[in-house]
Parts: sequence; structure tokens; C-alpha cells
Amino acid sequence: MEAFTSLASGLSVAIQPMNLLFALIGVLLGTAVGVLPGIGPALTVALLLPITFKLDPAGSIIMFAGIYYGGMYGGSTTAILINTPGESASMATALEGNLMAKAGRGGPALATSAIGSFVAGTIATLGLTLLAPYLVEVAVSFGPEDYFALMVVAFVTVSATFGDSPVRGLTSLFIGLLLGLIGIDILSGQSRLSFGVPELYDNVEVTTLAVGLFAVGEALYVASRRHIHEEKLEAVRGSLWMTKEDWKRSWKPWLRGTAFGFPIGALPAGGAEIPTFLSYATEKRLTKHPDEFGKGAIEGVAGPEAANNASAAGTLVPLLTLGLPTSATAAMMLAGFQQYGLNPGPLLFAEQPALVWGLIASLFIANAMLLVLNLPLVGLWVKLLAIPQPWLYAGILVFATMGTIAANPSPVELIMLTIFGVLGFLMRRFDFPIAPVVVGLILGPIAESQLRRALSISLGDPMVLLQSPISATLLGIAVIALIAPFALKNLGRFKAVED
Amino acid sequence: MIHFRPSLSRTLIVAATALFATSAFAQSELKLMAPAAPGGGWDQTARSMQQVLMQSGLTKSVQVTNVPGAGGSIGIAQLVNNSKGDGNQLMVNGFVMMGALLTNKSPVTLEQVTPIARLTAEAEAIVVPLNSPIKSVQDLVTAIKADPSKVRWAGGSAGGVDHIAAGLFAKTAGADPTKINYIPFSGGGEALAAILGGKVTAGISGLGEFESQIKAGKLRLIAVTAPTQREGMATPTLKDQGVDLEITNWRSVVAPPGISADQKKTLTETIDKMVKSPAWQEVLKQKGWDDAYLSGDEFAAFLKAENDRVHEVLTSIGLVKS
Repeated sequence: MEAFTSLASGLSVAIQPMNLLFALIGVLLGTAVGVLPGIGPALTVALLLPITFKLDPAGSIIMFAGIYYGGMYGGSTTAILINTPGESASMATALEGNLMAKAGRGGPALATSAIGSFVAGTIATLGLTLLAPYLVEVAVSFGPEDYFALMVVAFVTVSATFGDSPVRGLTSLFIGLLLGLIGIDILSGQSRLSFGVPELYDNVEVTTLAVGLFAVGEALYVASRRHIHEEKLEAVRGSLWMTKEDWKRSWKPWLRGTAFGFPIGALPAGGAEIPTFLSYATEKRLTKHPDEFGKGAIEGVAGPEAANNASAAGTLVPLLTLGLPTSATAAMMLAGFQQYGLNPGPLLFAEQPALVWGLIASLFIANAMLLVLNLPLVGLWVKLLAIPQPWLYAGILVFATMGTIAANPSPVELIMLTIFGVLGFLMRRFDFPIAPVVVGLILGPIAESQLRRALSISLGDPMVLLQSPISATLLGIAVIALIAPFALKNLGRFKAVED
Repeated sequence: MIHFRPSLSRTLIVAATALFATSAFAQSELKLMAPAAPGGGWDQTARSMQQVLMQSGLTKSVQVTNVPGAGGSIGIAQLVNNSKGDGNQLMVNGFVMMGALLTNKSPVTLEQVTPIARLTAEAEAIVVPLNSPIKSVQDLVTAIKADPSKVRWAGGSAGGVDHIAAGLFAKTAGADPTKINYIPFSGGGEALAAILGGKVTAGISGLGEFESQIKAGKLRLIAVTAPTQREGMATPTLKDQGVDLEITNWRSVVAPPGISADQKKTLTETIDKMVKSPAWQEVLKQKGWDDAYLSGDEFAAFLKAENDRVHEVLTSIGLVKS
């Protein structure tokens, strides 16, 4: 149990008053930037780097970790309350979370997301403590063909976000895939569908699309229907807290979300979005209340929220053990390490045990802090919904625009935000689901580039997809997931005939 | 909010006035553009410059702005179009911007800016997985001569310095550079994972990206592309091993077009003083950047020669249609 003794000595580093203060500043800052769409934890860490230069390395790295975790928390608050995911990893949360908020169940939605994040963050940090050296071996053996197979699994599960009509869902997905083609093709370096506009070379920003479709689209839609049919929003219906039933329905999704988030987060090209989609799809399939999905089901909030926090801890696995930064924030933390002459990698655990274990221990502390900070705020947050609608939505528009401009100061970005907003409005008006568009934009380019990389490596032989055991297994899962619902249905029909 | 303690701010004011009394600032105010998002090499260069310039009292205020996009194409367009004749504006750039401007067919070129100085350089390293049969540069040369497409390179973005270096290596080794099998990965260590996992034949990227893995014995370093070995680390150069190729990922600063000779002189002097300050040398050591200071006409000539070379390679690997 060497890991635990190391962790104990790490705790003694983390609970030094100065380091506690840094962790607190970190989680506060992180929550604040998580709430703002567009401004993410990566940008915050980047801006803080020069300021923290003079500080003690342990303190500032602990603060960065606090920002990272805090950002994941903050992003979900706006996703639930005003349907504006602060980060793309909170998008799946917005799907059911916002519906819950509109039905007066914003309190339980926020609570299950806060507690779920805590549970997932804690378990995943524990995983980081115990499994990091083993997990990293698996992570490195993941080749491009395996990533492609993982994307195929993700594509199959996307249908969970389609709503009632598969045709409309597929249409939305293809809009997303089309948008994903815009920009410089990573493999050939040539630009596609960018029509000579340099701002389009860097691909369509996921947050711009998500904020445009979700927040701006929603504001336009609400405004357009104001005189026809006024929607009554009830800020709180029933308890502000999670009921016994809510707890019962939440704990399994938390654990399953963690099981998706942590390992996928640990993959060098895994990311935080894919586990949230997978978790959402799984919960939708497993729920005992399928009728509630699409109206605000608590499982649909609990699972993805746990998944995105667990993936944040997963990202630290390759960062600390290999020096591989697998997310923008992790890249900034790497720069932070290097600023102090520390090189994360195989030698870090051996050379700087106090720092590494101090960081891991402070992740536990940051998690506890976030829970303590967020739960009492739930009551305050839901009051947001009592703001008269015109004010609330005007505020959302200002918020969305500012966040987009802050992340990418360019008029082209604003024009795109407007176009996506109108698109979001039209899609709502004509009943097309919105989430598949964003899913397509995220998954499409990854799937394409990984497949082409795999084929480049195999010199064009597609059999590589079946020769790799990981890829073959994942593809098998995808096929089963695709066929099983039909097969079961037919089986049911047979049985009915037999009776 | 950060509040300076009164004693500290008083000291700062005293120090500042003392500086003013003895030597006026060569450059009282400076705007420094990093044509990339926060965090990358250009941004870190700009922010390190900011830190050194202000700490050493060479410049009273330095403001760093980020104009991300398209490998710097958007930043340089802004510099050329909006900052013409502004003697307080500088932009960080480097080798990677050359390739990006050429592949993006940018209407703005590096010929339009005013070159100030080259600051740093980073060697490229060629590594192979530990269990690879390739043990030396000669093995790699043999393999690439036999069939360039079977040597799978992993590195950074298409048309970037890693890609160009791989193309030049093939060409220098006597293989057909149009046939190289280069697999670009989106930065952030994805390429490193592919190399560690033995998915590719060789990896090529900045030495810094691989350094800790090499030291930990998880990757085998074949060669660096710098003209000389790195101090304190066994880094055989390509030239030592009989391959006549030198390429470094250099970073520099340039000023907008249309500035006066006086303005150019002031800017050059400020940068000159900065580079010679102990604080800058400290930054170089920390970040693992090699000092590659070169200014004035020599730098302008270097820029031109490098641009020609990049154009030629990119054309030969098929990224730029001439």
C-alpha cells in the first residue's frame, strides 16, 4: 500500500494553509470561468502563468488543478439553468438538466450534478492514485485504428440524442458532420470549405456552435412564441433538495458515468465529450423511466456530470506519468510544470514525490471544497429562473456574445454565432433535435483523421481495423449495440406469436 | 484582485524613478502580439519577453495580445493591415508561420513585415521506439532508401517544421521526398503516444517534447537536427552521423511595415538589451530554448534564405503547388 502512504504524505503538503488557500482560489476561479461560455480553464491557466511565476511551484500547480476541476463544475450550472453549456463537456448535461429546471426541478438537477461530480471526482482521483501506472500502458497501446473503433461506438450511441424521429436526428447529425469538414484538413494540411476566410481555417469552434444553437437559438425561440403561448416557468416545484427517489435514481448513473469518464479521459485522444455522450446514451437505455427522457430525467444529468468530472481526473494520468498533455488545460498545466523546471514524465513520481502526491491530495480537497461551495448555492442559483423571461434571455444573449468574443476576438466568430443561433431557432421551430449537430462536429473530424492515420500506417490495408484486438472488440460492441434493439424487438414478436 | 503591499509598491516606485533618472526607457511602451492562442510556443515567447522587458526596466509597459488562427496567418494580416508604421508594435513569429503562409496561400507574406531579430531555436529530434530494429541514422537512411512509404513518421501538423524536417531528411538521404509516409498528429502528445506504443517507425518533433522520455529510457534518440550537441545531454547531430542536414524551429520578432529607420533602430536596441540581460538567459535555460540571436540585415537575409528553402520542400512534398 505504498500509494496510500505516499498519499498521506501528500495530504500533509496539501493541507498547509497556503496550499489550501491556493486550492480555494483555484476552485473559485475555475467555477467562475466555467460559468462563462467560451472562457475555459485553459485560457485562465494561460493568463495566470506569468503571475504565478514567482510563487511556490506546489501552490500554483495545486491552484491550476483547482481551476480545472472548478471549470468542470461551473460549466454544468449554466447548462442546467439557462441551457447554455459553459464547456462542450457540459452539453449532455444541458439536454435533460435544462428540462428539469424548466419543470421546477432545477434544485435536484444542480444537486445531483454537484454530488455526482464529487463522487466521480473522488473515485477517479482514487483511480489516479492506484491505477495510473497500469492505465497508462493501456492508453499508450491505443492506436489510431482503436480510436476510430471507439468513435464508431460513439456514433452508434448518438441515436439516443435523436428524440422521436430517426430521420430528423440523422439530418441534424449530418449538418454537424458537414460543419466538421470546414477548415484545414489535419492530414493533408489543405483547407476545405473555408472559401478563403482565414478564420475558418481553424475549424468551427465547438463552443461557438453549442452556444449559438443552445443559448441564442433558445432565446430567439422563446421570443418568437411569447405572444402566442406564454410559457410559465416555475422556479421551484416540490423540494429544492433531492428526494429519496432522486438519490435512488442517481447513484448508479454516477458510478457508470465515472466508469466511462476516467478511462476515456486517460486516453491520449479520449477527451471529455465522448464519455458524456456514452453515459447519456447508456442511462437512456437503462432507465426505468424511459417516458421521462426528453422531459427532464435525473439520470440524464447524473451520468454525464459524473463522466465529465471523472475524465478531468483521467486526463492527469498521461500528464503525470508520461508528460502527455491530452487536453488544452493539461497542456497549460504542463507549461506550468516546465516553468519551474519540472518535467512531468516517467521520472516525475520518483524525482518530485512531494509535489506529485501533494497535487493528487489537493484534488481530493478541491473536490470537497467544490461540494461545500456549490450545494448551498443551489438555492441561490435556481432564483435565476424567477427573473422575468425577457430580462433573463436578454442577459443570456449578452453572456453568450461576450463569452464568444472573449475566446476568439473576431467579427467572423460573431457572425457564425448569429448564424448558428438562427439555425438553432429554425431547428426548434421545425422540431429537429439540436444535440446531434454538436455531436457530429465533435466526433466527425476525430473519426476521419484517426481512420486516415490508421490507413496511412497500414499502407492502405483496411484489415488493420480487425487485426487490432482493441479495435475488433470495440467494433463488435458497436455491431451488437446496433442490432440488439431490432433483434430483441423481433424476438418479442416471435414470443407474441407463440403465445 | 491583487493588492501590492504598500512597502512593495513604494519600492517599485522608487526603483522606477531611479531608473528614469539615470536612463530614460529606450522604449516606454510596447505592444507584443502572439499570433496564436495562449499556451503555445509563440505565446510563451511573447510572455517571457514581457516578463524580462518589464523586470529589467527596459520598457515601462508591455502588453501581450493573442490573435489566434491559421498558423499565424490571421495575426500577420492584422499586423500588416492595421499596424502600419506603428513603432511600438512587435509580433512574435517563427519557422512554422512560413509553412502556414505558403500552404494557406496567404495574401500577406513575410516580405511585407520589418524583420527585427531571431531570438531562439529549438532542435528537432528523431526518435524510435525502444524495440525498433533501427539503431542509428544509417539504419534509418537505409530503410527510407529502400521504400520511403514504409517509414512511418509521426509528428506535428502537416506543413509544420516536423513535416518539413522529415521531407528534408528523405531528400538528403537520397530518397524521393514525395513518397514519404508522414502522419500528422494534432499536438499535445498524441504523436508521442503513437511512438511509445510502437505504432510508427520514427517520431520527429522538438527535442523538448521527447526529452523526459529519452532520459527515462523509454525512447531511443537517433539524432538531433541542430548544428551542435545540446549541453549536458548526449545528442548526436545528423551532421556527425554523415547526413548533411540542419534545421531548427526558430522563433523571432518582427515589426509592422512602414516604420521609420529610427523606430527600427530603437526596437532593435531594446531587443538587443533584452537578449543580453541575465533574466533572458535564465528564461532560455528554464524553457530549454537555444539562444539563436541574430538581428539586423543578417536576420533579414536569413529570413529570405529560409523562406526559399521552405517553399522548395513544401513544393517537393506536394503541399504547395508552385
